[in-house]
Amino acid sequence: MNLMANLMPVAAEIFLLCMVCTILIVDLLLTQHGKFWTYLLVQITLLGCAAITVYTHVDGVVYAFNKMYVDDLMSDVLKLMSYLGVAMMLVYSRQYLLVRGLFTGEFMVLALFALLGMNVMISANHFLTLYLGLELLSLSLYAMVALQRDSATATEAAMKYFVLGALASGLLLYGMSMLYGATGTLELGAIKDAITHGVTNKALLTFGLVFIVSGLSFKLGVVPFHMWVPDVYHGAPTAMTMFIGSVPKLAAFAFVARILVEGLQPLVHDWASMLMILAIASMALGNLSAIAQTNMKRMFAYSTITHMGFLLLGFISGGVEGYGASMFYAVTYVLMSLGGFGMIMLLSRAGFEADNLSDFKGLNQRSPWLAFMMMLLMFSMAGVPPTVGFYAKLSVLNAVVVAGYTWLAVVAVLLSLIGAFYYLRIVKLMYFDAPESHEKIHLSPDSAVLISFNGLGVLALGMMPGMLMAICAAAVQYSLLLR
Amino acid sequence: MIFGLPVISVAIWLPIIFGVLVLATGDDKNAPLARNLALLGSILGFLVTLPLYSGFNITTSAMQFEELHNWIPLFSIHYHLGVDGISMLFILLNSLFTPLVVLAGWKVIDKRVAQYMAAFLIMSGIVNGVFAALDAILFYVFWEAMLIPMFIIIGVWGGPNRIYATMKFFLYTLLGSLLMLVALLYLYRQTGGSFEILDFHHVGLTMTAQILIFIAFFFAFAVKVPMFPVHTWLPDAHVEAPTGGSVVLAAIMLKVGAYGFLRFSMPITPDASHKLAGVMIALSLIAIVYIGLVALKQSDMKKLVAYSSISHMGFVTLGFFIFNAYGMEGALMQMISHGFVAGALFLCIGVLYDRVHSREISAYGGVANKMPVFAAFFMLFAMANSGLPGTSAFVGEFMVIMGAIKVNFWYAFAAASTLIFGAAYTLWMYKRVIFGAVANHHVAELSDINLREKIIFTLLAIFVLGMGIYPLPFSEILHVSVNDLLEHVAHSKLIY
Repeated sequence: MNLMANLMPVAAEIFLLCMVCTILIVDLLLTQHGKFWTYLLVQITLLGCAAITVYTHVDGVVYAFNKMYVDDLMSDVLKLMSYLGVAMMLVYSRQYLLVRGLFTGEFMVLALFALLGMNVMISANHFLTLYLGLELLSLSLYAMVALQRDSATATEAAMKYFVLGALASGLLLYGMSMLYGATGTLELGAIKDAITHGVTNKALLTFGLVFIVSGLSFKLGVVPFHMWVPDVYHGAPTAMTMFIGSVPKLAAFAFVARILVEGLQPLVHDWASMLMILAIASMALGNLSAIAQTNMKRMFAYSTITHMGFLLLGFISGGVEGYGASMFYAVTYVLMSLGGFGMIMLLSRAGFEADNLSDFKGLNQRSPWLAFMMMLLMFSMAGVPPTVGFYAKLSVLNAVVVAGYTWLAVVAVLLSLIGAFYYLRIVKLMYFDAPESHEKIHLSPDSAVLISFNGLGVLALGMMPGMLMAICAAAVQYSLLLR
Repeated sequence: MIFGLPVISVAIWLPIIFGVLVLATGDDKNAPLARNLALLGSILGFLVTLPLYSGFNITTSAMQFEELHNWIPLFSIHYHLGVDGISMLFILLNSLFTPLVVLAGWKVIDKRVAQYMAAFLIMSGIVNGVFAALDAILFYVFWEAMLIPMFIIIGVWGGPNRIYATMKFFLYTLLGSLLMLVALLYLYRQTGGSFEILDFHHVGLTMTAQILIFIAFFFAFAVKVPMFPVHTWLPDAHVEAPTGGSVVLAAIMLKVGAYGFLRFSMPITPDASHKLAGVMIALSLIAIVYIGLVALKQSDMKKLVAYSSISHMGFVTLGFFIFNAYGMEGALMQMISHGFVAGALFLCIGVLYDRVHSREISAYGGVANKMPVFAAFFMLFAMANSGLPGTSAFVGEFMVIMGAIKVNFWYAFAAASTLIFGAAYTLWMYKRVIFGAVANHHVAELSDINLREKIIFTLLAIFVLGMGIYPLPFSEILHVSVNDLLEHVAHSKLIY
């Protein structure tokens, strides 16, 4: 294979890396007031990446670098969504970070490095690449959380995140090494072949699988590996929480899909039953704990745990329906969670974090439009039509029922009923209660436009979800199942 | 077709578009504009549904005015609308009530007017969608979406205990709906990938599956009807809702649940319906008798009418599950009539509440001295609520009792007791509120109803009396569809 053929699938990542380095240098030359140019450059980079990803798209599956890297429809879709997510994250957090003095070149460079890590994870076809991407993402996130040096809670959150994240990486590496021992290869396709043809040590394989699933669960933040999630979400500055809580979930989806569905497909019965326990526990504990929270970020943390549990249901069901549903769920979840955290940042101002539930009291009287957008987002998270969150839940439940686990669907809907309560509570606070403060809300025009785009997008996708669903199903079909 | 547009889609989307426009008028500075726009939208919304009546073919039970478009091809979900004899009248009823509700809230609602009006308009469109949807997911979307405006209406403009009531309302109904969703997905699998409700009607199911599906549907629909013992949200929601909210709840929302039994439970799971009919009849009779007695001791007028609604809806479910034409047609007539009567009674109570700000019966007395015209209208609706011959309520109740007596004398006996209890609680309330000496200075300061209120009540009175005296225009629409449904339900679709 010649060099060009190897480089084309990674063109977007190469461009991204070059731009990150450029931005790093350019940023050094800019004064604090000139940071806007860095910001602009970052957005242009994202746009460029998107253009390259679209331009280098080819039908079918393309491998590069001795099958360490893969470029397929699923990776392209997920990458495009990641660019969009990061771009939205930057718009939302610009004002918030500016008034807190965190709107620095480091922040943006770290965000781009994290994005690069995600891209690598999304396209990895080899345990080494996968691990490389994961660590690039994780290290960037640890640093981002710690960026607010003078905040004790942020430092504590970063520390917790780092220690537990490192532990999870360790588990994952241990599992990978066992699989390597059992199969003699690190490439996902080859692992699958080795297991299928039965020349492996079953005990070693199972042990490896347990460690891998534990590691994945840590990264996804599902019960019982969820302990870090609430503390990190709560402690980190909201912009960083938004980042951790949104876009990386796409990479996490790809991560699980690549390892479990592509690599360990022959062991599906083993891991599906493990995931089932994790999923039910996450939905139960996440929903129940979220009710007790008084802090928005903590509530969102538990809600993330729930959503990740729901996402796993798709993997349990399998097939185009299942994996496609999970992917659709991940994509819509990113949109909703960006909006949710975006709202917290919009309502925050210098020296004030709007991250308590009570800060949302009477929002309808202070700003009916923002309240309406937040209502759409909350109903979407609760899975009430006609918002897109409903279709995400619908497609997952459909997959679960088609796979024959009707009882599991019943459990899932009953638990999501509990979930509906705390989302409704936000709507209740905004619409039915009197505001605690009448402080005027200063909206920067860019984030005001974006939140409208986000809220109405949730509604519009709810009216016309067919397109995105079809894309996800096609991506899964071509990338995971037709190998 | 209206101006080249399909009728049902217009009936659904026109109110919603007007709702959005009303919402766009913004804060209360523009309240008059919002009110007028809402009235215009609701009247137009009613007018566009008239072709459904004029163009309706009463000789067929097939779906009419059908619209079919791809919506989510991946799951073969369609934007499929259509009406038959069972659903058509409810679209009209719903669209008729929207202008009335807008008028009823004209003066009383003075904060966040645009949002209030918009919520009702949007809900009106959504409810039309529920009645017209022929695709299960489309139905479900409308069904759930209906909750959002109602949640806001009760929560924002309701009485003192509104938040408890609206949360209870939402979560109760959501629980039922979610179980229904699982049932729909199961049926999707059984039909081999179709969400068409009419396909569901023909898919064979085992007894276990039928019973489980029936129970899932039961949760969804019984909560909305509401049937004993899942009725407890209704008195709370009714009492705390603003007048318009109560009217819509009683006149429209309760019908949606009963409609669900006809469209889903009975034709999809006929064998389970027959098997569980005894339970359903028992629950219906408990609702009729026990809830009737509960209504007797209420001291709050709205609560009294709310309990009376539950009792009357017991008639509806009784009529369904005795599986004969009298019963089912009577039940449908009762649904329509109850819409008019309960809606009118809540409007009457609203009139009093707007002036005195109390719903307690004891706060009134001798109202007739100050409000003679109102007392006359109230009298008519109270009589109708107790099932007086010549009013709309009599037709349905009589037919259901006729149907029940064919099945079992004691069913009919228990059901007929409502004619006594209903008269007792309604007329006793009426007596205490309207007759006697002027009770206090609030009553002494009352002024009679104005032109706006007269228009509302006259319209409703025409329907109540018209339907009571000459019910044929209503029943002939139901006839073919009901017979067809009964025939369908009579055939087992059991597989082993």
